[in-house]
Amino acid sequence: MICDVCKTNTATVYLTQIVDGNMKKVNLCESCSKDKGVSDPTGFALADLLLGLGETQQVEPAVATEHCPVCGFTQADFKKTGRLGCSECYGTFSDGLASLIKAMHKGTRHTGKVPARLFRGIVRSDRLNELKRHLEEAVSKEDYESAATIRDEIRQLELEEDH
Amino acid sequence: MKIGWILKSRGEWMSSEGGHHPIVISSRVRLARNLAKMPFPGWAKKTERVRILDEIKPEVENLAQMRSSFSEQLNELSAMEKQVLVERHLISREHAAKGMGSAVAINPNQTISIMMNEEDHLRMQAMTSGLDLQKTFRLIDEVDTALEAHLDFAFDPELGYLTACPTNVGTGMRASAMVHLPGLVLSEQINQVINSINKIGLAVRGLYGEGTEAMGNLFQVSNQTTLGENETQIIERLNKVIETLIQRENQARENLLETKRTMLMDQIGRAYGILTHAFSISSKEALNLLSVMRLGIDLEFFPEEGRVLTTALLMETQPAHLQQISQQKLAAEERDHLRADIVREKLKNFPKPNKKKLPGSQAEGSASEAQ
Repeated sequence: MICDVCKTNTATVYLTQIVDGNMKKVNLCESCSKDKGVSDPTGFALADLLLGLGETQQVEPAVATEHCPVCGFTQADFKKTGRLGCSECYGTFSDGLASLIKAMHKGTRHTGKVPARLFRGIVRSDRLNELKRHLEEAVSKEDYESAATIRDEIRQLELEEDH
Repeated sequence: MKIGWILKSRGEWMSSEGGHHPIVISSRVRLARNLAKMPFPGWAKKTERVRILDEIKPEVENLAQMRSSFSEQLNELSAMEKQVLVERHLISREHAAKGMGSAVAINPNQTISIMMNEEDHLRMQAMTSGLDLQKTFRLIDEVDTALEAHLDFAFDPELGYLTACPTNVGTGMRASAMVHLPGLVLSEQINQVINSINKIGLAVRGLYGEGTEAMGNLFQVSNQTTLGENETQIIERLNKVIETLIQRENQARENLLETKRTMLMDQIGRAYGILTHAFSISSKEALNLLSVMRLGIDLEFFPEEGRVLTTALLMETQPAHLQQISQQKLAAEERDHLRADIVREKLKNFPKPNKKKLPGSQAEGSASEAQ
């Protein structure tokens, strides 16, 4: 098993933490575990590690200096405040946020309300994906009659999108 | 509408206009929304915050739901006025600390309040008396739907509504119920109940939210997660827990009546005695005793008509409300005197506890039947 942090050395420290009832496991090599202060469990939070927040600037300067192109926010700012800079930060810091969001919530995908303006677009793109799948199926089965009907429907939908 | 009017009138949930529930005092649902690609309030510079507010505030004021509302920038309100709004749960403690570039709008019956540039650009809340989270949600959902036609909200198909704090991402919804649990507190079961609720991913907090003490046996139960379930699922999950909580509280009360009847009657009698005769009373003591009075009403020890009065006193005995009444800043000791005066005056005609009315006193078994 290799270390989850450096991804090169063999992991020798296996850590399990329960955060809000969710079990999280991390495997670390000896040098990374020391870097993260795993020997001192009180000063260590798995969520921080997963988000890369436990890291000092020397360890991974690239992450620390990355900033949001829209608002200039950095990951160091997030560590300080626990809040993001703007809606675009979710895209900028998506790698680090994904595991944090997974640990915080019941799921990773929004299933609730969608703004009406976007709703039609989302329904259409879902329908398009479905139709494209059906088209591939029809073609692979050499059912060209169905394929033609599906292709027409796709064209119709794509035409609407342009308007 | 002027702030003075809001401060003087009681609002729907305090006057129990929307019906009441013996255990659930109020239902509240808030939605967090932000403008796309604009810095969140905590990261925005002052000029940016003002610009964002200039975009949002007129749209809020134009809403049909907010007709003849109170709407004001926070730098136009005094610290005392803001504190009154905090005590009524119309703005958060964090929002009260804001000034220029932040605002609040409140509708006339105080069921809807919209905080602008709190932690998110918009924090919209609906609050109604009793237990009806679905209805409360619909109230604020309509406001959201009306606003999104005019404002470009930050939304991601995968993550939903994007919020300043990742804990609110997704629905951006926090649904909560304020519950009165004297039975579980008196029978010392409350910690166990809170722990088991926390385990299933719901939060239990004190009267004024995060990090506040549970005074007056009042607790707020709310969802902690906002992503992965839709609004109705979150509300249904919360409703189930609240139903269980109501059952547990009723059981605790019945057990107390059966096993510790004298202790219970003594507590109610003492609460009445102190509230109607004290000349100095702290906010905490008043809240705790009013809670016991309310329990007395639930147990028919006092007439039902007293309920609205005790609910209103819960608010009116809070520090900022008192200072609002006296129109001046008061020292803690002066507040305690004024508080006692007000409570004595309001409870002047409140009937003495009626021991015969206590369930089970005349007809044995009524308590056990209900079990």
